[in-house]
Amino acid sequence: MTRALVLAGLLALVGCGDDGAISGGGGADKPELVVSAASSLKEALTACAKDYPDATLRLQFAGSDELAAQIRQGVPVDVFAGANTKLPDVLAQEGKLKQPVVFASNELVLAVPADGAKVGSLDALERPGVTLVVGAEGVPVGDYTRAVLERLGPRKSKAVLANVRSNEPDVKGIVGKLAQGAADAGFVYASDVKAASGELRAIELPAVLEPTATYGAGVVEAAKRPDAAEAFVDDLLAGGCHDALLAAGFGDP
Amino acid sequence: MRTAAGGWFAVLLTVALAAALTFLTLPIVAIFAQQPPGELISALGEEGALDALWLSLRTTAAALVLILLVGTPAAYGIALRRFRGRALLITLVELPLVLPPAVAGIALLAAVGPATLLGRAAQDAGLQLTLATAGVVVALTFVAAPFYLRQAIASFEAIDPTLLDASRTLGAAPARTFWRVAIPTALPGLVAGTALALGRALGEFGATLMFAGSFQGVTQTVPLAIYDRFATDFTAALALSAVLVAVSAAILLSVKLVRGPDAVAR
Repeated sequence: MTRALVLAGLLALVGCGDDGAISGGGGADKPELVVSAASSLKEALTACAKDYPDATLRLQFAGSDELAAQIRQGVPVDVFAGANTKLPDVLAQEGKLKQPVVFASNELVLAVPADGAKVGSLDALERPGVTLVVGAEGVPVGDYTRAVLERLGPRKSKAVLANVRSNEPDVKGIVGKLAQGAADAGFVYASDVKAASGELRAIELPAVLEPTATYGAGVVEAAKRPDAAEAFVDDLLAGGCHDALLAAGFGDP
Repeated sequence: MRTAAGGWFAVLLTVALAAALTFLTLPIVAIFAQQPPGELISALGEEGALDALWLSLRTTAAALVLILLVGTPAAYGIALRRFRGRALLITLVELPLVLPPAVAGIALLAAVGPATLLGRAAQDAGLQLTLATAGVVVALTFVAAPFYLRQAIASFEAIDPTLLDASRTLGAAPARTFWRVAIPTALPGLVAGTALALGRALGEFGATLMFAGSFQGVTQTVPLAIYDRFATDFTAALALSAVLVAVSAAILLSVKLVRGPDAVAR
């Protein structure tokens, strides 16, 4: 008898543990969608998931490259939304993702602490002694930063990269170190500066450096609910989540 | 008969043991089984991997020296004395043991980060902590020291007080008693504590990343290098993981050997 009770209790616990999803307006028969999204999409997607009518969204955020690696390892996910178009394209080539689409754009900016910044312009980054934190290679924001810096020319980009003191696995690490004053400047997306609620200031990069990044999303080939997943990707393109993206500082693709 | 009545129980024990063993060893075996050993070894030849291993060894060694030098007399002091608030003090010392690594990282930033008075004072004195190797040592020391302290306090407490009294009545100064009697008597426990601290320091991840950052050869220890390679080079991540597993196994085994053949048999 006691054993049966313990077992029932354990099952209830497991059941509860499974219930951490953001559900919108009740309705137990709504499909559940697992969405793996780039860390930088957190504010926007969390905001729109609450009111998403057609499914209960289970959102997980991490560096896009980690999420892509999880999908390769067979972690069950329905939708992948990355911070670039390279990763979705590569996953599609590998047969892990159905036709990815470009759903948003984001501007790479030079972020500095809002108060007492030592760096006021891109040129100042070449000065010796400036501490710079960037995304690691293989992480979209890191790859993008390197691509943008390359357009500065070999001498300048080398001087800037020589000041890098940390290669962070995701944007949060960069924002956190800037907000704590551990570094003088870092490269993040405009939406990250907006999400940092006044801690950071963005210095826009000149258009010749092509600082606009595009975000790609697609339905995972092994999705359990391909139709609902497809509908969510459509919502990213033109729906509640699209509006939330614009409100969070993203641009149209 | 007893054994017959206990038959179902013996089966239960065996099944539980098999389940526990499978669950605990399968992931570790998988690290070695997913790639042929040759590929794992060649992945270690990569420059960044060697940098990470060397940095982990150096920072762990530095943290252990600090922990042993300060922790051993501190643990002896707590073990010998009885005073009000002693239990509270021991709890405070042990607290980092149960702190999530992210909390440790935030706590270090809040205490000695560049935005704090202490952090600025350190910087003015020429000691750069954040985004520097010294910061890694601070993070490792913070998370690993309680493992040693806890074990060292228990080991010193377990010494038969008559032994210390005898040393004193024979005219040995307290310092000599500590050095010649207490430490040798408590040695097996101290070694075990050192090994636990060593294992924890080698595996430290969150506090290092948040407090010291991640830069090859400067702050990117093996766990950070594993995370860095997770997405881009899974084989290299496996190879570095395999090294950590091997080192950790060696630590555990050597502790059991130090404690005598008895402990190994057990």
